[in-house]
Amino acid sequence: MRQHDETMLLQTPFHSRIAKACELNQWDDWKGYTTPHVYTEVEQEYFAIRNSTGVFDLTPMMKYRITGPDAEAYLNKLLTRDIRKIGVGRVAYAVWCDDAGQVMDDGTVFHLGENDYRLCAYNRVMDWMMWSAMGFDVTIEDETADVAALAVQGPTSCSVLKAMGFEGIENLKAFGIRTYAFDGVILMVSRTGFTGDLGYELWIDPDKAELLWDRLFDAGKNFGIRAIGGAALELARIEAGFLQAGIDFVAAEHAVRMGRSRSPFELGLEWLVSFDKPIFNGRRALLEEKKNGSRYRFVYLDVEGNKPAEHSFIMKGSKVIGTVTSAAWCPTAKSNLAFAQVESKYGNVGEVLVAEIYYQRELQWTRVLASCTVIEKVIFNPPRRRQTPAADF
Amino acid sequence: MTDAQTNTDVIIVGGGHNGLVCATYLARAGRRVLVLEANAALGGAAATREFADGYSVSTCAQWLYQLNPKVASDLELEKHGLELLARDLDTIALALAGNHVTLKTDSVESDSVSDGDKLAYRRFNQQMLKFSKLLASACERRAPKLLDNNFTDLLTLAKLGIGMKMLGKADMRDLIRLALINIYDVMEENFDNELLKAAISMDGVLGSHMGPRSPNTVFGYLYRRLGDVYGYRGPAVVKGGMGAVGEAMAASARACGVELRTEARVEKINLELDRVTGVTLVSGEVVDAPVVVSNADPKTTLEKLIGFRNIETGVARRVSNIRMQGNTAKLHVALKGLPDFKGLTDTEQGQRLIIAPTMNYIELAFNAAKYGEYSPAPAMDISIPTLHDKSLAPAGCHVLSAIVQFAPHDLKQGWKVAKAPFKNLVIDCIAQYAPGIKELIVASELLTPEDLANEFNMSGGHWHHGELAVDQIMMMRPFPGATQYSAPVDGLFLCGAGTHPGGGIMGLAGHNAAKEIIKRGTAG
Repeated sequence: MRQHDETMLLQTPFHSRIAKACELNQWDDWKGYTTPHVYTEVEQEYFAIRNSTGVFDLTPMMKYRITGPDAEAYLNKLLTRDIRKIGVGRVAYAVWCDDAGQVMDDGTVFHLGENDYRLCAYNRVMDWMMWSAMGFDVTIEDETADVAALAVQGPTSCSVLKAMGFEGIENLKAFGIRTYAFDGVILMVSRTGFTGDLGYELWIDPDKAELLWDRLFDAGKNFGIRAIGGAALELARIEAGFLQAGIDFVAAEHAVRMGRSRSPFELGLEWLVSFDKPIFNGRRALLEEKKNGSRYRFVYLDVEGNKPAEHSFIMKGSKVIGTVTSAAWCPTAKSNLAFAQVESKYGNVGEVLVAEIYYQRELQWTRVLASCTVIEKVIFNPPRRRQTPAADF
Repeated sequence: MTDAQTNTDVIIVGGGHNGLVCATYLARAGRRVLVLEANAALGGAAATREFADGYSVSTCAQWLYQLNPKVASDLELEKHGLELLARDLDTIALALAGNHVTLKTDSVESDSVSDGDKLAYRRFNQQMLKFSKLLASACERRAPKLLDNNFTDLLTLAKLGIGMKMLGKADMRDLIRLALINIYDVMEENFDNELLKAAISMDGVLGSHMGPRSPNTVFGYLYRRLGDVYGYRGPAVVKGGMGAVGEAMAASARACGVELRTEARVEKINLELDRVTGVTLVSGEVVDAPVVVSNADPKTTLEKLIGFRNIETGVARRVSNIRMQGNTAKLHVALKGLPDFKGLTDTEQGQRLIIAPTMNYIELAFNAAKYGEYSPAPAMDISIPTLHDKSLAPAGCHVLSAIVQFAPHDLKQGWKVAKAPFKNLVIDCIAQYAPGIKELIVASELLTPEDLANEFNMSGGHWHHGELAVDQIMMMRPFPGATQYSAPVDGLFLCGAGTHPGGGIMGLAGHNAAKEIIKRGTAG
């Protein structure tokens, strides 16, 4: 692999295959890696996720390996949720905060073994992780480049993996981990993803990346397998109601302006905060916030009409009370969904607000005031997502 | 493990002078206070110890020059045995040729000092005293928080602001200009005489990891001159050594009902969730109390006694970044007769003696320390207490005590190998000014910053529990975000030199901490 001092953007171990498939040649820069924005057609890729199988290269996701006698205790201080409750072979969604209780990032923790964890993050957080390690006997390694990873998502994803010979994969529960032998190395499969659908993530030695890709696409030939880019994934994750760091919140250490960062409460992530463990970063500030109230509330909005309320102001009457962070017309749920942050006194479920939507048609800007309703959950939540054994499609 | 069931309201970890002061004020406010001291003696850096058969010395601080008069009278220290055998001593800058310079608080005497310098010295002193008075106005109360709009804090800030205005335009401008620059430049602006410049700048760097050209040295100087505001027109010698200060404070504390336990080293401060519940001693004994006040330095308190794993990352990081590398060694010499410093009368030998011929001499001494080496030609602050206090040595014999700069705590070659050669080097250096002293030596000991760290339980062996610099004072002491004596754990307070206003045998940190704890009520 080429190093950063030789090139501005690195390539993932799947690049040879991706470059061949990426007909539109539309690329993104994801944390210093060249990644496909769209291969052929966003809609086709999106519908692969929802109707067959979409394959997404998530190698650039930051991956930190945490080992050592204090690994569990360490993560319990770093993360807001109680990590003691995550058993070996399980994965958990988590956020972490600075001392002020402001979210630095969200990600997933993989409990690989006794005091052996992998933390997947959007942002580079090695410095914070090292500072947090003072007083703990842990080893923290950035293994981002040492592990190649593919997300295999969609109704037929289990069938594809079965066709590859991964016996019993259908019995893997959501947020579970299994390993398989693959060409002399260990392939880790987790039933996780960022699409809200049935899906898996495959983790492997980069040397075997191309072989994995080839075998996967061979096995998936009859299951509608298709490589998907960042644009399709973005649509799927909005439909699934998942937050994206950098879009739905500004990482606390990146926020330059006062008050632009958000607490877990303000992002609707209270369920990830466990006050009954002795200490974690942000605990004191979050207790204070719980007592005094939050500044903002995160809401899902069902927006009238079909114009995505991207970056819209949210109003109550004529007063601006918030803004939209993510929005899309969701094709499967057939809903015009928006994520918004509103002043905390607004946003009760059922409350009707107004989105001020601007859109351009042939050089002309148009403004609509779309009524929108606060909903408790996103509409898209198919039973196949959690069903075990996973169904054949 | 046993639970002593002591029925204690407040545990004070460390019976240093600030711990004792804090304990006394708290006991007077009706709290049941238990002081747990690791060492056999109370008083912390105000200590006296026999270092050779029949010879005793003040093992850490050697002069009393800034004990706050309010603290001294509130604690009735004189009634409890504090006695000064000499006070308002001069500072004598030694010259190899014997033509030394004598600095008094308002005049300077020497054949070699010009009339211009003498006049400049008077003016300089007046101005510095004005500035130190202003500084003192912020020292006797908690440091204000800037964002909270608390009335008391606003009052402190307003007083500081008005005080600055009251200085007058010229002095205010000077203060703003001088406070952040270095003592070297200020000396160059004011004086010609090298010895004079060096002796004054020595007061700006004592106890610190700074040379005369380092920023913050003017602040260090003004901080030292707080002593003048507190009525000390020069250092004083305490009967029985500085340990007697500790003893008087301990007696005062006892009289107020404070329970003092020595040789009771605290191993950890106990927590339940993020609230203190008491302490565990090295013996395994557990003592419960709703409030724990640590007289230990902030690093020892938060890194060792609480543990960084129990503290949020941002705070742990700020604590680990506190600059507190000690750079000062102590030399103690037992002498069978009075040494003969060139050009000094016996009375003069009883004053405070400085070895620092030029500012560059000090700067060069500091240069070595920057790179983890000890000074090849160290600067010194010397005391011969036996000229005032015969009780410290056998009849006719004397003790010489010297504060030696610079000797970095983190010495590259390690103190194990360097200690003996450095001690010889320091003695050789003194012998240049006091020929024949070596023949008088009965015994000697050098305490490196490592030794001071171990003996007095101070991280890095730093006197002040953290460098006194503009970024580590007031609301930034001991670290930003932990002001006003509370710590990032409920029920835990800090009362040592690591907190505002800082180190020196002054007692204000303990005084202010007690006031704050009382103000917050029993909930801590």
